[in-house]
Amino acid sequence: MQLELNINGVMRPVNADPSMPLLWYVRDLLQLTGTKYGCGKGLCGACTVHIDGVAVRSCVIQIGSLKNKKITTIEALAETHAHPLHPVQKAWVDADVSQCGFCQSGQIMQAASLLAENPGPTSEEIDLAMSGNLCRCGTYTRIRTAIKNAANIVEDAQK
Amino acid sequence: MKRREFLKVSGLAGGGLLLSLSCTASALTTNVNNSTIFFNVYLSISNKDEITITAPVPEIGQGVRTSLPMLVAEELDVDWHSINIVQALGSSQYEGSNQRAAGSNSVRVYWKPMRKAGAIVRNLLVRAAAEQWHVKSHECTTNKGIITHTNSGRSLRYGQIAELAVKLLPNENVALKNKEEFELLGKYIKNVDSEAIVKGEVKFGADSKIDKMVFASIERSLVYGGKVVKYSDNDAKKVSGFISTLKVDSVGNPDRPYVREGVAVIADNTWAAFRARKQLSIEWDNSTNLSESTKKLHDTCQKLVNEAGTMVRNDGHAEKNIERSVTTVEREYHLPFIVHSPMETMNCTAWVQQDKAEIWVPTQMPSTTQRSLVQRCNLPIEAIKVYATRVGGGFGRRLSVDFVYEAVELSKKLKKPVQVIWTREDEIMQGVFRPFSYHKLRAGLDNNGVIQGWLHRQSGTSRYAFRKGYNPANSEFFINAFPANLLKNYRLEYALAKSNISRSILRAPGHNALAFVVESFLDELAREANQDPLVFRNNLLAEDKEFIYEKNDEGEDEVISVSRLKAVLNLAAKKADWAKPLPKGHGRGIACHFTFGSYVAHVVELIGDPHGRPEAHIIKRVTSAVDCGQIANKAGITAQVEGAIIDGLSATLYAEISINNGQVEQNNFDSYQLLRIGGAPVEINVHIMNSSHHPSGIGEAPYPPISAAFVNAIYDATGKRHRKLPLTQS
Repeated sequence: MQLELNINGVMRPVNADPSMPLLWYVRDLLQLTGTKYGCGKGLCGACTVHIDGVAVRSCVIQIGSLKNKKITTIEALAETHAHPLHPVQKAWVDADVSQCGFCQSGQIMQAASLLAENPGPTSEEIDLAMSGNLCRCGTYTRIRTAIKNAANIVEDAQK
Repeated sequence: MKRREFLKVSGLAGGGLLLSLSCTASALTTNVNNSTIFFNVYLSISNKDEITITAPVPEIGQGVRTSLPMLVAEELDVDWHSINIVQALGSSQYEGSNQRAAGSNSVRVYWKPMRKAGAIVRNLLVRAAAEQWHVKSHECTTNKGIITHTNSGRSLRYGQIAELAVKLLPNENVALKNKEEFELLGKYIKNVDSEAIVKGEVKFGADSKIDKMVFASIERSLVYGGKVVKYSDNDAKKVSGFISTLKVDSVGNPDRPYVREGVAVIADNTWAAFRARKQLSIEWDNSTNLSESTKKLHDTCQKLVNEAGTMVRNDGHAEKNIERSVTTVEREYHLPFIVHSPMETMNCTAWVQQDKAEIWVPTQMPSTTQRSLVQRCNLPIEAIKVYATRVGGGFGRRLSVDFVYEAVELSKKLKKPVQVIWTREDEIMQGVFRPFSYHKLRAGLDNNGVIQGWLHRQSGTSRYAFRKGYNPANSEFFINAFPANLLKNYRLEYALAKSNISRSILRAPGHNALAFVVESFLDELAREANQDPLVFRNNLLAEDKEFIYEKNDEGEDEVISVSRLKAVLNLAAKKADWAKPLPKGHGRGIACHFTFGSYVAHVVELIGDPHGRPEAHIIKRVTSAVDCGQIANKAGITAQVEGAIIDGLSATLYAEISINNGQVEQNNFDSYQLLRIGGAPVEINVHIMNSSHHPSGIGEAPYPPISAAFVNAIYDATGKRHRKLPLTQS
């Protein structure tokens, strides 16, 4: 039976080994390169995508397990929100977070998932939720600022 | 904000045209309605007013895709938000083929040339407009891409006059703006690629997709310098997506190779390559380096550091004066091997054909890469295109072509585009490490705490041990570095610990170890003398001297200024409220250092963990003062200081590469830990000195002094002194 996956709202027929990690399916077969390879063991967060709106590490999830799931990559994050940029993306630009930028897709996907679940996180909750996302350039203090600012935007939108 | 093109691959920009500032460029008509004038290697203007600026140095996160184009835009006088930025290919056209993301020298090297490039073109445009209007140039002004004749009010957009302007003779002596006139430089200008990054649109090296490209993953021996005896791919073949295997030959000395020998699996997707590689069966000859171990190095260096070493510098009579002193202080420090481990692993995409070669690579040296491939590809330099992609972190690792040679050799054999990508395990286990070292320091103090003599003996695996004419004075010590020249009796000694373990340069090479050692020892001396560590340093820096440090990359004398070092030290202390008492269990540590022309001081304030766990001290704030000469981009400087602090804290707390039976014992982020967001300081406050000195760089300078500032703060808060890194292992 042909496996089909819902990627960014589009149903895609999958002609690949069902044990292929979602990361490589998305990057190599769909050419969606916004999601990054950092470690292959779920330790760095660079590969973070959403499955049914929740952040997961795509390097350790097999495509065969994702039938009937809604998969969202960084390229389509903005579409999940009314504005041209998701509030997290906008907050990231406003706080000038990125340096090299390699880890930031994963950071943003993780942050967006956090705020969807917890719109007003404390500093401790932010640090805990983001603890799986590494940044070698050292943008952590700005990530905290951006998430706090995005939280205000999200809360304002919900009022 | 208009589109920012990351990489324009065409014959027009970068490597295609040979242009210099003193040649007029040509107009290129792409169609009747659209023409682009190339004024010089940095700047083109279309008749539709599209201003395109070329960024010469690869972006590794140090902000040069923003700061370097700012230099042109400032003098050209255009609306910053309307320009397009393209990345330069590897080429010899950019100021003596520098283009290196290295030595913290991008803004320093390009400060004058790129500003001049913009100023010359602005001058051409004004003169062309004046000629057209039959008026004098000095009656015209510019404002954000528009030239106006003051008296008549006539105006022209740059794009309208570019075609005429390029025909005039450039004025090489055109005046540059004064600091007071700056609208961009010295200001806080955000990362130009921010929006593209957050949308996942920016492409790094590993994101290169070339038609008909195949993927390669290389199995190399876990023991450095291991050689393939025989191998079988019978099991690898069964993996879906497998294409073939190829042997990769080593390059360089076979016992400590530059490119390691291995077996490459070629596949039609990355995962298949990784997976099939695990199914290879290889017999290795690891005899050469099987006995390498860090345990042995610990023993060797601890022994050597207690014996006389090769003399590196000897002023006065250090030993005699130390012995005679009222108080003698002796301490031993250690720094381990550490690995770069940028977030983007090494990779290169190469397509070598009969008549040309195209390379897509995240590199820190595109120009050197291009030159190095002339022989390797047996092609003339014009036929070699090195597309410098955005780089997911450099730290010095990508000042190398080993990963380029791997892709090039495979492409040559397969006659197709090949993308070689390293796994995280490869990155850590097959790394080129920051050297391992031990340091013994002895000093004598008189009754007033004044240093009477100073001996610093270092034993380690020098990163340049295998260079011809090797001299540790050139890499393990900077013989004029503080506190040299401030002490009458000053002696430096070095003892090389023999080892084949692979090592090279890592962010602020040499300095990243020396600052930890010297700034920790000064703190210990201050405590022995019952003096405040800030007071102790100020006493040492009492005289405003200047002395030659070394020659910089351009062959010019680099001067180290005591007054500039003192200024950042005291500014950081002041802004950190140094004199204000802290509650019990809280502590402050200070350190200052000069690196490659720039001066940085940090004060770390923390709350000590009651159980003394190094990773559990809460860093309340880091207060930094930096002097890097004239400011290009305030945002860029601030980001580099913040990032270097995190990088330094990470290394200080966690980073260690240990080797046993020739094999690295760490392999991924579980065994080689990095600082995570929870360990970041609550606050980082960066204070940038206003300076009229030539810009001197900031990518590295904040990194060396943070480890001592942190360790000194831990001592202040808890009374525990750490002398061996990483803290979580000592």
